[in-house]
Amino acid sequence: MSLARHRYPTFSHGVHPPTFKADTAALPIRQFPFAPVLVIPLSQHIGNPSVPVVREGQEVVRGQLLARADGFVSVAQHASASGVVSRIGLVPSIAGRMVRGIYLKTWPGSSQEVAEGEALRLENASPEDIVTAIQNAGIVGLGGAAFPTHVKLKPPDGKTIDTLMLNGVECEPYLTTDHRVMLEQASDVYLGIRYLLKATGAKRAIVGVESNKLDAANRLRAAAPPDLPVSVEVVEVKYPQGAEKMLITALTGREVPSGALPAELGIVVVNVATAAEIGRLLPHGRGIQERVVTITGPAIRRKGNYRIPIGTPLRFALEQAGVGGEVSRVFLGGPMMGQALSSLDIPITKGTSGFVAFTSRETGVERREYPCIRCGYCVDACPIHLNPAELGLLAKNQDYERMAAELHLMDCFECGSCSYVCPAHIPLVQRFRTAKAAVRKAERAS
Amino acid sequence: MSGKTLEIHTSPHIASGASVDHIMRHVVVALLPVCVFAVYVFGLTALVTLAAATLSCLITEYLLNAVSGKPATIGDWSVAVTGIIYGLTLPPGLPVWMVVIGGVFGVAVGKFLFGGLGYNAFNPALVGRAFLQAAFPVAMTTWYEPLGADRFTSLPSSTLTFPFATPVYDVVSGATPLAAMKFDGETTATMELVAGITSGSTGETSALLILIGGAYLVARKMMNWRIPASIFAAVFAFSGVLYLIDPATYPDPVFMLFAGSLVLGAVFMATDMVASPMTGLGCVIYGVLIGALVVVIRLWGGLPEGVMYAILIANAVSPHIDSLIRPRVYGTGGAK
Repeated sequence: MSLARHRYPTFSHGVHPPTFKADTAALPIRQFPFAPVLVIPLSQHIGNPSVPVVREGQEVVRGQLLARADGFVSVAQHASASGVVSRIGLVPSIAGRMVRGIYLKTWPGSSQEVAEGEALRLENASPEDIVTAIQNAGIVGLGGAAFPTHVKLKPPDGKTIDTLMLNGVECEPYLTTDHRVMLEQASDVYLGIRYLLKATGAKRAIVGVESNKLDAANRLRAAAPPDLPVSVEVVEVKYPQGAEKMLITALTGREVPSGALPAELGIVVVNVATAAEIGRLLPHGRGIQERVVTITGPAIRRKGNYRIPIGTPLRFALEQAGVGGEVSRVFLGGPMMGQALSSLDIPITKGTSGFVAFTSRETGVERREYPCIRCGYCVDACPIHLNPAELGLLAKNQDYERMAAELHLMDCFECGSCSYVCPAHIPLVQRFRTAKAAVRKAERAS
Repeated sequence: MSGKTLEIHTSPHIASGASVDHIMRHVVVALLPVCVFAVYVFGLTALVTLAAATLSCLITEYLLNAVSGKPATIGDWSVAVTGIIYGLTLPPGLPVWMVVIGGVFGVAVGKFLFGGLGYNAFNPALVGRAFLQAAFPVAMTTWYEPLGADRFTSLPSSTLTFPFATPVYDVVSGATPLAAMKFDGETTATMELVAGITSGSTGETSALLILIGGAYLVARKMMNWRIPASIFAAVFAFSGVLYLIDPATYPDPVFMLFAGSLVLGAVFMATDMVASPMTGLGCVIYGVLIGALVVVIRLWGGLPEGVMYAILIANAVSPHIDSLIRPRVYGTGGAK
């Protein structure tokens, strides 16, 4: 029957926000211009900040190493443009405070050729070589978490990895970067998968794609090399399907144990754009110096998917993309988990998947907070099967200890589904962030 | 845009658009056909009862908030829902002053004293009705014949009885189908029950319209279908077993489903979000509990009808169901 409904695998619970992807999904990736000054923070990743290896006043070429990794949980930083290191000091960060970073004045006349490094040939490389090369290329999870990718590839002692999962779900509304990368860089993705399979020792790779990107899934299937043990699986459109745990459950039916990593199940999950970047950079020995960002939202005139130099100030990005109407709120990432900004001096970093601007039409709606009416919407939304309503009442009384001890607060990964559905407009996830921070602080103190 | 301040707001930056007042307005919409049909069946007196019930609840909440210096809450429409449902549970022809007293009691004691919307352990409409049942048992069990010839032209004299005077009834009807069953052993044709042309409370008439209203809310995810479904299933199963054992003593299960206020209670009263459990399994347990209590009260209790007490008892149990039935958290015990 032609009307037969396809049932794609998924996890239980979750929410269905409008995707808002139509504006940019069909727009090919375009190269973004270079800002006059790039701002490159030394900690664009989780872990130790990188250590500068250049001096103020030094001329650098695009792709040149600016800062090396400091220890294992850290990555390198590269010059996103040819120019001069004008200052090494404090730069504004998304967290609101100043962090160490490098100001790079770009050369307007430069051809911006990317410097070649020491190529790592797949055939000759050992798993350790690949892990080191990924660290030296400065690669972090491009889905938004910005966790150093090479750290994930080393399974904890006693664990072996049998499955490499590529996350092409992109469940956040508005974002279309992974979608475009899958459509346009299928061969990069597959080369990246080869490196990743070898580095982890995994026997097979599965690419998970949401069913609103069937064109990308079909493109990947068509481009799959016959010798590669890879399958492309389509999953249901649902938020937060792109969360690591939810993707694993959708594709394997298994659950990552509370407090453990996917490696516990022999699985490593890597974002598809990260894999594409590995496939693009490692054969040339280059470092990551640009990334694809969806610039969109009702306040943006030239919405699109842009390959933007790391360190491009948001103000410059906004000027280039054009603003129509009054911008009242901007945030990096998607609208469900993205962080709102107080300043446009913050740069695009490796973890920036999207840059969305709202006008007062989207933000001006007054949302009155009501008491919890125990409707249970949040209970049906929580992908971890917590009871956000109950947690919310405890959070209001700052009973953080009980939230963690009895109601699994620390399993919350802050997807925001509860706040999204709450008809009483209670800032549930916002309270849980505060509660989690308080619990972590108490744990450190004891 | 330079010089303009940017809003800092933590994620999520979008919302589903669901809102408490929006949900409550839809419940009112779902109740309207039931109200219109009640007025058609019982005439002006039903209109007066519904209006008095709704207004007394609204005004009580407004005044209590004003007097206690709290922000006005009638805008969330929850008290309108309470008022209409309360009105639908009352017998047509009930003296207006009694309607008002029950409405004031339901909102003041059943809702405001508990802390207002969200904190009311019991359905306030049923608290008001329970108060009247205790205070005026005769008036609360005196019924009018449906489809009276002059129902649109005159009000029954009982409606306008002076406060604290004994109401005078002109055309008192026969017993309700449940009372007829209980006290006289008579059953009423099922089709009459479904269509709703029987004597009984203002709103417990047309099962069909009630179910349509419920379906409307279920389709909008504003009602947990598990609650009415498990109530119906439990009533049908328990009374069915009894009927199979002894058909001479016990009524057939279809009669049990459609007689009295079961449909109205299961669809519009047991589903009060505040006073019912939050989890799916919890709702099923809560529904089965109500269904079992209804059968027990109707067949062995002293009253012909038990829906109100069944729901109030289950309301009291609901928070305990929620603390006992905790869904297994992802990645914990029993995970694959």
